[in-house]
Amino acid sequence: MNIVEKILARGAGKSSVSPDDVVFAKVDKVMMHDVSGPGVIKVFDKLKKQGISVDKIWDPTKVWVAEDHFVPSAEKMSAENIVKLSNFTKNYGIEKHFKYGMGQYGICHTISHEEAMVMPGDVYVGGDSHTNTTGALGAFACGLGHTDIAYVLLNGEIWFKVPETFYFKLNGKLPDHVMAKDLILKIVGEIGTDGGAYQTMQFGGSGIDEMSVESRLTLCNMTTEAGAKNGIVEPDQKVVDYLSQRGATDINLIKGDDDAEYSKIFEFESSEMEPIIAKPFTPENTCVVREAPSVELDKSYIGSCTGAKYEDLEAAARILKGRKVKIRTEILPAAISIYQRAMENGLLKIFLDAGVTVGPPTCGACCGAHMGVLAKDEVCISTTNRNFPGRMGHVESETYLSSPLVAAASAVTGKITDPRDL
Amino acid sequence: MKGNVIKYDRDNIDTDVIIPGQYLKVHDYAELATHAMEGLDPDFHSKVKDGDFILSGKNFGCGSSREHAPIALSHSGIKAVLALSFARIFYRNAVDGAFLLPIEIDKDAYDGISEGDEITIDVSTNEIKNITKNQTYHMKPFSEIIGKIIAAGGLFKYKPDQD
Repeated sequence: MNIVEKILARGAGKSSVSPDDVVFAKVDKVMMHDVSGPGVIKVFDKLKKQGISVDKIWDPTKVWVAEDHFVPSAEKMSAENIVKLSNFTKNYGIEKHFKYGMGQYGICHTISHEEAMVMPGDVYVGGDSHTNTTGALGAFACGLGHTDIAYVLLNGEIWFKVPETFYFKLNGKLPDHVMAKDLILKIVGEIGTDGGAYQTMQFGGSGIDEMSVESRLTLCNMTTEAGAKNGIVEPDQKVVDYLSQRGATDINLIKGDDDAEYSKIFEFESSEMEPIIAKPFTPENTCVVREAPSVELDKSYIGSCTGAKYEDLEAAARILKGRKVKIRTEILPAAISIYQRAMENGLLKIFLDAGVTVGPPTCGACCGAHMGVLAKDEVCISTTNRNFPGRMGHVESETYLSSPLVAAASAVTGKITDPRDL
Repeated sequence: MKGNVIKYDRDNIDTDVIIPGQYLKVHDYAELATHAMEGLDPDFHSKVKDGDFILSGKNFGCGSSREHAPIALSHSGIKAVLALSFARIFYRNAVDGAFLLPIEIDKDAYDGISEGDEITIDVSTNEIKNITKNQTYHMKPFSEIIGKIIAAGGLFKYKPDQD
């Protein structure tokens, strides 16, 4: 069995599973946030009316909650959703609720790794499509909707069709001017936004061995944009070190068997990669940065679960040090722990000196919700994950997706810029 | 099921156009319905009738896990979406929450059915009949688990132990 089959077999209490088997798997961790949480509360209300008991949830210690999409609250409805969520976690005894304005909080997927909420070998589900991110730690990490999360909260398990696995063998260390974001844009561009539909996308090879845990998180994060059920990397010593630094113990180095089967194997020469962007209006519409259209940018956005981890901020700082931005530029660290490290290590000073506005952790403008959305005809370069029509604001605005290096270089020139050409 | 078709002749209809991100804070189903398809077709709310179907191409519902997407369509009156393929979370949300039927069709059905056509869908025979054009097509049968959850009326009514 490969790693995903092993995790799902354990979750289902079976000695083995194969692709296309339907299993009910026991869940180890479940996450919801200020959008999916109120959605789950609504499902609970419906169940109550149908006479189904929602008095107790299965295991409050396995549930954790993030506030990220609509914080800080811009209007009453968002504020009320946060109150609802707080009442819910209080009533059901959920202690791991990362609240805005009370120390560590941030984007749910970022909290999942910054706070070591998920361990290798876990069956982890979250009420958000980018739950795939945390597969980089060696978990089966999969996004679900409100009804499914409500079902998990009450029953501790959920059905899955065991996916087939696409194996992406990455050869060699990425060049200095290239990031994991460029690589995943390249992959989504080649296989398409449904190229990994219903599949596992597993990453391995020397490119992964050389890659930091944070870079692997970026890869797994955007498996969602290829339609994948989950992304995963087999855990190694780097994952052990990463999680140990965040207080985790008893880390299970689960791996697939030597004779594990994969439905398809792809090979990418990561050492020969170039900076890539995705042009509007789909993440598969990619080209190399040096062949990008010559558009006047209005804004550069460095934020989100995809593009505002510590390593992403460090990359932006490498470019912005001693330079000034030419267009509106916002940097929103994805969690308070990252914000704090950015302060301690002088990154915030570099950003502020360059003219950047540094904001609080939030999903905010990435999903067109609030805090810096785009006006009609505005053009943005962004380290986020989607560029569908209206994704970051007005339906006639445009978003180009890029790495933090390219977003920072483009902030300096006002045009889409390869970091080598600054 | 019998109804008229609203056709979007394109692939990759994503959740951001089905229900834009600014409405994710809304959890009132009737209010969500007023914003359905707003990112692609601002006239959708005024033209949709109870019992209508949507017909579209590949990868319908790609993007986010927002259950708001099938909720907004379902509370607009849409009983089924017919598409060449579906993104996984939209598909699961539609079925597990019993909001609407996601019907996978082939190219014959896709090309044969036009905007406004009246059709019937029979999931017991996997047949789609185009009353307007007097044609018949096949839908892809539901997998076993999906068929059972639909028959039960959603995931919470499905009892896996009784299989």
